[in-house]
Amino acid sequence: MSLLINPRDLNFLLYDLLEVESFCDWSAFGEHDRATFEAVIDAAYRLAEDGFAGHAARLDANEPTFDGERVHIIPEVAEALAAYIDSGFMGTAFPAEYGGLQMPYTVSQAIASLFTAANIGTAGYPFLTTAAANLLRVVGSEAQKQRYMVPMIEGRFFGTMCLSEPQAGSSLGDIRTRAAPQDDGSYRIVGNKMWISAGEHELSENIVHMVLARIDGASAGTRGISLFVVPKVRVNEDGSLGPGNDIRLAGLNHKMGYRGTVNTVLNFGDNGACEGFLVGEPGRGLAGMFHMMNEARIAVGMGASVLGYSGYLHSLAYARERPQGRPPGQADPESRPVPIIEHADVRRMLLTQKAYVEGALSLCLYCATLVDRLEHGPDVDDRRRLRDLLDILTPIAKAWPSEYGLKANDLGIQVLGGYGYTREYPLERLYRDNRLNPIHEGTNGIQAIDLLGRKVTMNQGRALQVLLREIRGTADRAAADTRIEDHARALGAAVDTVEQVTEALREAADEPARYLANASLYLDLLGRVVIAWMWLRQVQAAQRLDQTTEADFVAGKRQACQFFFRRELPAIEPLAALLIEHDDSALAMQARWF
Amino acid sequence: MKVMVSVKRVVDYNVRIQVKGDGSGVNLDGVKMSMNPFDEIAMEQAVQMKDAGTAEEVIAVTIGPAKAEEQLRSALAFGADRAIHVKTDEEIQPLTAARILAKLFEKEQPKVLLTGKQAIDDDANQTGQMTAALLDLPQATFASAIEFDGDKAKVTREVDSGLETIEVDLPAVITTDLRLNEPRYLKLPDIMKAKKKPIDAMSVEDLGIEEAVKLNVTKTAPPPEREPGVMVEDVNELVSKMKDKGLV
Ligand SMILES: Cc1cc2nc3c(=O)[nH]c(=O)nc-3n(C[C@H](O)[C@H](O)[C@H](O)COP(=O)(O)OP(=O)(O)OC[C@H]3O[C@@H](n4cnc5c(N)ncnc54)[C@H](O)[C@@H]3O)c2cc1C
Repeated sequence: MSLLINPRDLNFLLYDLLEVESFCDWSAFGEHDRATFEAVIDAAYRLAEDGFAGHAARLDANEPTFDGERVHIIPEVAEALAAYIDSGFMGTAFPAEYGGLQMPYTVSQAIASLFTAANIGTAGYPFLTTAAANLLRVVGSEAQKQRYMVPMIEGRFFGTMCLSEPQAGSSLGDIRTRAAPQDDGSYRIVGNKMWISAGEHELSENIVHMVLARIDGASAGTRGISLFVVPKVRVNEDGSLGPGNDIRLAGLNHKMGYRGTVNTVLNFGDNGACEGFLVGEPGRGLAGMFHMMNEARIAVGMGASVLGYSGYLHSLAYARERPQGRPPGQADPESRPVPIIEHADVRRMLLTQKAYVEGALSLCLYCATLVDRLEHGPDVDDRRRLRDLLDILTPIAKAWPSEYGLKANDLGIQVLGGYGYTREYPLERLYRDNRLNPIHEGTNGIQAIDLLGRKVTMNQGRALQVLLREIRGTADRAAADTRIEDHARALGAAVDTVEQVTEALREAADEPARYLANASLYLDLLGRVVIAWMWLRQVQAAQRLDQTTEADFVAGKRQACQFFFRRELPAIEPLAALLIEHDDSALAMQARWF
Repeated sequence: MKVMVSVKRVVDYNVRIQVKGDGSGVNLDGVKMSMNPFDEIAMEQAVQMKDAGTAEEVIAVTIGPAKAEEQLRSALAFGADRAIHVKTDEEIQPLTAARILAKLFEKEQPKVLLTGKQAIDDDANQTGQMTAALLDLPQATFASAIEFDGDKAKVTREVDSGLETIEVDLPAVITTDLRLNEPRYLKLPDIMKAKKKPIDAMSVEDLGIEEAVKLNVTKTAPPPEREPGVMVEDVNELVSKMKDKGLV
């Protein structure tokens, strides 16, 4: 049995729930069929299990080091990445004209999630590379694509995202890195970047940094920010490598998790010789980044879901094997101890994990299908609805899985008891790795503000209406099915609650501080409703499966859905009460009172 | 030379097999199926021969249900040039499989037939040997190294006493053991190209094969559960316990 993602479940989510097979009818994916998707995902399982999972613990225990000159990374990383590149995984989602395989984004996300679950430390390098290449695909010039993007798809160059600076994390408008225009059209880049993942290493011929900087004379704030491509080693017109580009590694950050992905402090242009090239238009740097933001955030949610998922499978396997204690009422000390999965409290912990991670994963994959439908779907008239859904779901798909995937890992540790607390088992590593996800790619606090402050209000609240209409549609259809009519009713009532809460919050719309004070509660509330919606849809899909041969799988889905509806959805009520009364416990607290 | 490789669809080696409640077999519903790992080694050998220029054409063969096409596609992604699918929904036992392979061998006239030494579903370890016997060809089983030299092959075999190297005249049947090679990871572009390679489908009847007498499986049972261990105080107690159990 795989300890990454249950293959039956992944298959179920992709084809039974999300009907990804139908994408092959679109011209963009006409070359593919379901058998190809399955074979490719199979190949990913194989490489993730045989080539990535094996050195995850060793890489975590032996994080990259910097001796003042060079970064050292254990050799297994280079070997695994060579196999990854050689197999063609770098280009799964890129267009065929650039050497990619032109797979749906959804399938490429499913593939990526297997490598995440196996070993996020190693997988971080190609993930950043595809993110950088994807940014160039969308906003780069043709010449930039040829010079920087194609070598990244080929795996010869790796990439990074250089947004954060020591003084500017959540608030990117405050970045200070400068770009001075040169006569030849290039720019001289000067500045310090903080937290840059995969910023320096010798795993690839070159590193392509996608850098946010301010052109001399540009206005303050986000509108003065532009995007640049800045290679570690300059690339000549013919594609050959030139001299170094004056980027200095100032030091490494020593992290709690994700330890295999080297995290760097980079100085650009200490000697005034760092050359960068404008990507897209001046002042449109953040806009370009934001274009990719939905996908990047869904990818974070996906990563959080599957780190949780893998922890769930590890703890499940353990619970089936570990004999301890006897059933309540069994007093005979000579009787055999039972596997701990026989204890209801252990099953509670396993079922909670299942409900969180399978729910979270289905949401992220659903969002990925929205990306595919928007970009390649045949129904042009439907784009506005899809865009609204994607916009409003993105902060939820980032934040909810990263909070609850982490809770799942916490429960996974608990299932193993003392063994879960040791480094001999992977649970504590998965927990540490997953702890990053609520922080990066916009903290969960920032996601909550994005949701309530922007997504809920934009276009007179249209996106929220679209989402609630979808959820109500599912509830209405489910109401006719006696097996799930209770859930249908509960979901309908939850939508009413969301509407009441949103309405009540609007009263404070003119006082931004008050309006946003409980944004995180709002995200949690709406997140629970959305995951309940996903669970109901999963059960509807599971009911269409063969009910005899797949009886256990279907029953497992039903039970997890019931669990979520009985134990997790009702928690929206106290949240709703706090939101409706504009509870000011936190807002009114004064800094000096602490 | 022309190389034929037989590949079988079996339960994936990672799956924990469960015996059906009524003892009539093992539960295959919703279970992940893959190419028999020993056959992957045979495939890898064939593809390496192609890479090295020793083989001009590699033909993959399977006998099995419609779904076994997945394994043929894998074989084609590995690097086989074309494939033959003998379709059947019946369970095929070694002698019948050997008859089918022998028939295909006569049709295709390869220089060598490569098969895994056994399939991990029922571990019979018979098909390769029976095929060689039916064709009256030399056989080299349990190969852990193969060297071709003109019309001969030098094969290192894994036997109980260690390694044994034999020479066989070609054509021959060679069955592959674990240490022969490490099968490559499939390349995604090759998976896509495999879709366009030809698969020749036929039925067992098309080949004019009569099914061999069947071995009847009367009962399938899981191995007995292991008893929990007991801690002993000292060696004396250990010895007496072993005596009690009739172990010494
Ligand atoms: C392991 C790791 C890898 C990373 N990789 C990269 C990378 O490759 N490239 C890159 O550019 N960056 C990277 N980052 C940076 C990451 O995106 C930032 O850490 C993140 O954006 C938060 O910024 P900060 O750390 O400065 O925290 P701060 O912005 O200082 O936030 C601190 C706290 O204050 C809260 N807060 C801040 N502003 C507000 C507000 N307006 N309203 C309410 N609450 C607020 C936050 O939610 C948070 O809880 C990485 C970080 C880590 C830890």
